[in-house]
Amino acid sequence: MRKFKNPMLVLFGLALVFTSCGDQKKGNSGALTSNAAEKVYVAPGEHDEFYAFVSGGFSGQLSVYGLPSGRLFKVIPVFSQDAEKAWGYNEETKPMLNTSFGFVPWDDSHHPDISQTNGELDGRYVFINGNNTPRIAKIDLTVFETTEIIEIPNSAGNHSSSFVTENTEYVVAGTRFSVPVPQRDMPINEYKGNFKGALTFISVDPEDGGMDIKFQLMMPGFDYDLSHPGRGKSHGWFFFTTYNSEEASTLLEVNASQNDKDFIAAVNWKKIEEYVNNGGGTKMPSNYAHNVYNEETHTATSTMEKEVLVVNPTDVPGAVFFLPTPKSPHGCDVDPSGEYIVGNGKLSADLTVHSFTKMLEAIEGKKYDGDAYGIPILKFEDVLAGTVSQPGLGPLHTEFDGQGNAYTTFFISSEVVKWKLGTWEVVDRQPCFYSVGHLMIPGGNSRKPFGKYVLAMNKITKDRYLPTGPEVTQSAQLYDISGEKMELLLDFPTVGEPHYAAGIAADIVKERSKKIFDLKENKHEYGITSDADVRVERNGMEVHIYMSMIRSHFNPDNIEGIKVGDKVYFHVTNMEQDYDVPHGVSIIGANTSELLIMPGQTETFVWEPKQPGVWPFYCTDFCSALHQEMQGYVRVSPASSNIDLSWSLGE
Amino acid sequence: MKKSRIIMVLAALLPLLLFVFPLWKITLEAPQYPTPLGMYIYINDFADANPHDIKNINLMNHYVGMKYIPDAIPEFKIFPIGIIITTVIGLIIAWKANHKWFLYWFIMMVMVSTAGLIDFYIWEHDYGHDLDPKAIMKFTNPDGSVMGFQPPFFGSKDILNFTAHSYPQLGAYCLGGGIALGLIAYFFGKKEKQTLKD
Repeated sequence: MRKFKNPMLVLFGLALVFTSCGDQKKGNSGALTSNAAEKVYVAPGEHDEFYAFVSGGFSGQLSVYGLPSGRLFKVIPVFSQDAEKAWGYNEETKPMLNTSFGFVPWDDSHHPDISQTNGELDGRYVFINGNNTPRIAKIDLTVFETTEIIEIPNSAGNHSSSFVTENTEYVVAGTRFSVPVPQRDMPINEYKGNFKGALTFISVDPEDGGMDIKFQLMMPGFDYDLSHPGRGKSHGWFFFTTYNSEEASTLLEVNASQNDKDFIAAVNWKKIEEYVNNGGGTKMPSNYAHNVYNEETHTATSTMEKEVLVVNPTDVPGAVFFLPTPKSPHGCDVDPSGEYIVGNGKLSADLTVHSFTKMLEAIEGKKYDGDAYGIPILKFEDVLAGTVSQPGLGPLHTEFDGQGNAYTTFFISSEVVKWKLGTWEVVDRQPCFYSVGHLMIPGGNSRKPFGKYVLAMNKITKDRYLPTGPEVTQSAQLYDISGEKMELLLDFPTVGEPHYAAGIAADIVKERSKKIFDLKENKHEYGITSDADVRVERNGMEVHIYMSMIRSHFNPDNIEGIKVGDKVYFHVTNMEQDYDVPHGVSIIGANTSELLIMPGQTETFVWEPKQPGVWPFYCTDFCSALHQEMQGYVRVSPASSNIDLSWSLGE
Repeated sequence: MKKSRIIMVLAALLPLLLFVFPLWKITLEAPQYPTPLGMYIYINDFADANPHDIKNINLMNHYVGMKYIPDAIPEFKIFPIGIIITTVIGLIIAWKANHKWFLYWFIMMVMVSTAGLIDFYIWEHDYGHDLDPKAIMKFTNPDGSVMGFQPPFFGSKDILNFTAHSYPQLGAYCLGGGIALGLIAYFFGKKEKQTLKD
């Protein structure tokens, strides 16, 4: 008996030790949490310090969050239809999703980047790439809406995009998949030497922001993974990481991982621009959509462009060089000074940093290590600035705080690592939950980062939130980087995959945000500016309703004389001129989304009534104390009837 | 030129600034309006404090059956003529007349301004009480009478969910200053005459 009792007591004692340890730990993290809570708490009615524009990845959208709170303000529809906002459903925005393949209602949105002036964020536009059907979109930050989308011809998997040069001279879109250019029917295994990788330079009009493809650089058939512009001293250059320099077309996970080094392509775009301005390049027949949304007509138009200017890199000597970089580099990041080009060799244990100054010297000295398809390869040792030795596993992306520190994400070891530029020493590391992809420091892609927070965007969430079945939320994590050590402050869920983000001080953007659209400036083809213009017109089987909406009625709200088989266009103008008074509208059986119409705006939906009856429509956005009264009826008669069109309000 | 006459010239000219600066301002505050709605009353116009404010005041007020604030009222024609006439009279007086006329001008201006204020009060009363019988929302006072929505004549007042403020603006101060100067000119004139006698 005695023998038996003693071990029990020991066990009991151990249990107490463990329990008290556990309590102690809990107490500690509780104290930390309250400290972190204060740092992310934005009191009711107060504003966040930063906007974060977080891409939705495969949702095709761009979400707007506040930092440090992680509160979601808006999901801006870009490449994917959005029934909430009628994006891609109403007649006005359908042309925005037009491509050379017809209407494409979805894409994979990856890398938002904010426009710059003199290397600093100016907060005018956000650019973002659609990967799958290559497109670049521009979001106007006075309205937080997508106002332009340009399709990229000769490209596939538009991934090394959409990064802007330091005066927003260009938005750059590089192809991930090389393809036959022009597209043609050929055996896949004849890839090597025959496929091309197009790097597209889209000029941005300094006045109206209009995009236009200036030229396409037709590079060897590698995969162009990510890119960044030079800045400061390296302004005028652009850097692209490559993988699959093996030019494999199958089982890339093995076959594209054979070369010890792939390349960072350094492109002197100023030189090519000059060449093109002097008549260089070849005009190639093409077919790609250019879609522009006009704020005054509240309507988008889609134009098919028929030509693109193509430049062969070997035709412009001294414009393109390859910098050998270990093991399929992923992120290609340039520090705020423009001196360091970080190649995040995702299969390498080390981080490789190239020196822009040394690169120029090597070019000057023509110290080449051979060439690839006529493009000179510089010697690795000649351009290397330094190596961050064994900082983690699977480096993907690096951003900068403007105080001499760099922050790199490691996918496999699931962490953010802080290291020093120049000395290459690791200063701190913090775990991510889990498997971080991109990270973002507001302004981290500019000469002047706001080095206060870093946002880590994770690929895997697992148990971090309440479970929601097999598909769980996606997640971002905010760290305070104002001190020597990073501190995890906040997890917050995101819409779609938070692939990458761009952040900016809210003060630069918020004063310019529009409150309403001026009704007097409404130039919509079917818009009205006063109730005197309200009417219904028949044109054969087409019926156009010029309708107004204002608290709390539609005008007209009784319409008769519609027949089965008619195609009825509801052109609805919101006559409000007050901040935050949108109205919505839909009718029973409409085979499309509602409209959500901002003050001063006109939108259109189509309704094809299928059976006689009296069908109600109503306001879908709770607008006022009499929102429930904001409704109306359309009488639909048999196709054979001869009831005249009539419309009224309050009769 | 005598000091009294210079002051009288200023007195006559100062009310002309009513053509530049607003006379009065009515402001409506409510939680849903972080930027309050406001209307400036000029001698010849109603103006938005911020773009579209009057349209939005009308939209609010139609719920309780108040009339739309008109684009123009007869006063917008009468008041400017009145001010021009009184200024001309004031200038003639300043140039030619005996200082006693300065006092008469002052009394005339006080009467004209009072008439204007009474007119303003009547308009406000009518605006707040002459409600559409088909008003969407009807409110009654505790005693059972129909609730009016007259903005305050001067000062601040709670009206349902709004707090209304009504205060004179720079134009009104110019008018008041001009009138006061008329009286000052009279006293200077009186003093000058006495000095002359002595």
